[in-house]
Amino acid sequence: MFRPFGLPKVKPMKTKMKLLAALVALGAPAMADDMAPVTQDTLTLTDGYAYATLPNQPVAGGFLTIANGGEADDHLVAAASDIAGVTQIHAMMMDGGVMVMRELADGLPLPAGETVVLQSGGLHLMFMQLNGPLVAGETVAVTLRFENAGEVAIDLPIRKKMAGGMDHSATGGH
Amino acid sequence: MAATTQTKMRTAIAIGCLFASAALIWFAWVKPMLEDTSGVDFGRGDYILQGSDGQPFTQQTLKNGPTAVFFGFTHCPDVCPTTLADIALWQDELGPAADNLQVYFVTVDPERDTVDLLGDYVGWVDGVVGVSGSVAEIEKAKKAFRIFSRKVPLSDGGYSMDHSAYVMLFDKRGEFFEPIGYQEDLNRVMAKLNRLLGG
Ligand SMILES: [Cu+2]
Repeated sequence: MFRPFGLPKVKPMKTKMKLLAALVALGAPAMADDMAPVTQDTLTLTDGYAYATLPNQPVAGGFLTIANGGEADDHLVAAASDIAGVTQIHAMMMDGGVMVMRELADGLPLPAGETVVLQSGGLHLMFMQLNGPLVAGETVAVTLRFENAGEVAIDLPIRKKMAGGMDHSATGGH
Repeated sequence: MAATTQTKMRTAIAIGCLFASAALIWFAWVKPMLEDTSGVDFGRGDYILQGSDGQPFTQQTLKNGPTAVFFGFTHCPDVCPTTLADIALWQDELGPAADNLQVYFVTVDPERDTVDLLGDYVGWVDGVVGVSGSVAEIEKAKKAFRIFSRKVPLSDGGYSMDHSAYVMLFDKRGEFFEPIGYQEDLNRVMAKLNRLLGG
């Protein structure tokens, strides 16, 4: 017998709020932080990571938290990495059981006094045309270009790919 | 170079478009598909695809169930690897009973995902079979499983795929059982799987 799908109950507003919350998360996330914090100008970069790729996986996501402690807005203009032919800045969301992902060709605003979180399931750096696999325990060297803070080099630790549910609980969700 | 108000505006518009696309996809495609009352059951259709196990994947395949079917693609940064990791976790939780659940990963991107390439990709999780075929046959399968997917161009000339991202469960006779949502609570997932495999 056909049992209607219970899961894709769409609430556009609520989902919108959730992504906005991810975009402008106030207060520091209480996650394990393997990457040494990097400070440049008014920006502090923490909790950077990427996940190990599966065999033949040609793309990967990069994640980090960017706090702008200054009084002027900044802007993440571009990202680059030697591991990828192309690195872009992307926004992603799940809505009604559908994954939707878009490139932010004009970068990501970093408003004064706010913290922007790039995390699994949301905003991310998108590494494409990978030159090789991402291996757990190694790091991905990334250069971020900010409008005011200039260029910042960071190393994202590569984590073992774990079940999403487990990763979720680490953020204190549910 | 200063980020003008214009640049910020364009980013705001890009993020706005993401919400708009999501809402549009839901109302224009997904909702009507799921509410389809034509009487055709999920998974039923004349699609003929190939599995990385060397077997064809057709509606007959579901009759050797119980089965879990997921549609995805390898150029997927997050949702597809996470779902495969979740499936590995479910198998761990199920223990030996996991051998009774056939798992299929069907590509929504047959132009780039060949059967061989998919086989290696899903081979990361025990027993998962990668499924691909011609564009036309994949389209038939998407219709049969009520799966939405659409190409989204990227500025480097490549493309991504928006796509339905839930796992569909079928019982041992191939009847649609229940869906598992992306990152659904583990306890709820295990309850569903235990009901499926115990029944
Ligand atoms: Cu992306």
